Amino acid sequence: MRKFKDNLLLGLLWFGAFLTVAILLIIVGYIFYKGIGLINLDFIFGDYSPVGGGGIWPMIITTIYTIVISLVIATPVGILAAVYLQEYAKQGKLVRMIRFATESLTGIPSIIYGLFGAVFFVTTLAMGMSIISASLTLTIIVLPVIIRTTEEALKTVPASYREGSLALGSTKLQTLYKVILPSAMPGILSGIILSMGRIIGESAAIFLTAGTVAAMPEGIFSSARTLTVHSYLVTQESGDIELAAAIGIVLIVMILALNFAATFISKKLNKADY
Amino acid sequence: MPNPSEVKQTNKSNRLKYIMEFISEKLFLICALISVLSLFLIIGFVFFKGSNPFIADGYSFIDFIFGSDWIPSEDKYGIFPMIVASIYATIGALVIGVPIGLLTAIFLSEIAPKPIAKIISPAVQLLAGIPSVLYGVFGLAIIVPFLQNNLGLVKGQSLIAVILVLAIMMLPTIVTVAETAIRAVPKTYREGSLALGASPIGTIFKVVVPAAKSGIMAAIVLGLGRAIGETMAVILVAGNSLIIPTSLTDSVRPLTTNIALEMGYAYGTHQEMLFATGIVLFSFILILNFVLAKISSKGGK
Repeated sequence: MRKFKDNLLLGLLWFGAFLTVAILLIIVGYIFYKGIGLINLDFIFGDYSPVGGGGIWPMIITTIYTIVISLVIATPVGILAAVYLQEYAKQGKLVRMIRFATESLTGIPSIIYGLFGAVFFVTTLAMGMSIISASLTLTIIVLPVIIRTTEEALKTVPASYREGSLALGSTKLQTLYKVILPSAMPGILSGIILSMGRIIGESAAIFLTAGTVAAMPEGIFSSARTLTVHSYLVTQESGDIELAAAIGIVLIVMILALNFAATFISKKLNKADY
Repeated sequence: MPNPSEVKQTNKSNRLKYIMEFISEKLFLICALISVLSLFLIIGFVFFKGSNPFIADGYSFIDFIFGSDWIPSEDKYGIFPMIVASIYATIGALVIGVPIGLLTAIFLSEIAPKPIAKIISPAVQLLAGIPSVLYGVFGLAIIVPFLQNNLGLVKGQSLIAVILVLAIMMLPTIVTVAETAIRAVPKTYREGSLALGASPIGTIFKVVVPAAKSGIMAAIVLGLGRAIGETMAVILVAGNSLIIPTSLTDSVRPLTTNIALEMGYAYGTHQEMLFATGIVLFSFILILNFVLAKISSKGGK
């Protein structure tokens, strides 16, 4: 009887795992199957054409804009915030409050960020529906990710490094940028790369703050659409699954590349000596 | 005996160092406070905008929550159907996604031969990073027509389609987080249980899984957060009708989709009511996190 029950549970485990793998394979497989026919150089580097058949270059550029702008702001702020929390702050009310805020930010759904961006950046600060409004909203979304990964990276730096450097007469600041930050670099970099993935995958918050203009952005104050928003809109408006799937392939390849880069960098840098 | 002017110079450069230290520490503090500031701004702005109709314009909050008509052109704002749709969709996704996700996580950490786990685990992790819109595209292309043909529906976009898409989307998150938690259970637990004569499977379900409870709870909360807050994928498969769903095949409009669909053209009170919808969504997430935290801390005892 016990044997039977065990075998039943074991079968269930195999079944669950099989189901998960099958479902996920089907999704990725379907997207590649549907979209691969459209993928060529003209599709990727061609300008958008409203009558169909055009490329997605404007959306790729918009996506890159949002990644670069939000990371340029979120990276230094996030790293320095983590440095404060790990290296400077005395554990107490203030630190608890900062940690609580950071954790709460992680749990807020992206549509709420979108609402906030729409009233704060778009309307109150009068930036309009634009790449800059979306990027600033995204900055807040990835800030907790960067703070958390940097904190984790700083935790792995052995205390003896700090003590050694301080004992040699370096100031805290010198110890920080000559000893601690370099040793924590692999962890910090993979955190930054992961936040790129988060930005690429974001849609609702961008939809409400950058608008949907399907054209090459003239600057950071123009409204534009990212790849995810484009993929959503072509599905919703014209039901063009093939086009949506082709954009999906580009997105998946980008995410794959970023993940490989993150693994590669952390391996490569971990081997290096400091 | 050092030369007095040299001493003065060292003092001066020391003072400069102290000033630098002082300034940099304050700068780091300011950076750390930015997340607090952002949280306050987000809550402040969303709540300010969303509560305005009830405070300044005399709309009834009760009617807003329990009213079943959402007709902005007639000044009627009731979100009860959307609340019900959101709750049904989330619970449905949990019922399907959590067992499958946990079984997979247990399989990968305890049963699977190493080479298999080494391929599947990172692959699943990768899938957690796929943009959620793509799950919606897949849902519209495959799940919706499947339901339409097999259940004989007029329109395949329905509550059940939303549940399936959300359940699938939750899977990678739940698997990844739960797997890490189960792997973190000390080996001695398993050895102890096996030494006492328990079967390997019995050990997994009676010793290892309970020991990883708090991590598993965290996995469920994260998956839940992803499901209840998901917007764009849901719009594609929900159908977006403003009715209180009575069956799985009804077309629904959850809270998130209402915001995204109407934000583009809403202004005045209509727009403020969308912010109020956001507040309700926000409160939901707070309550759910709180409840689950309570459950898991109780279970831990």
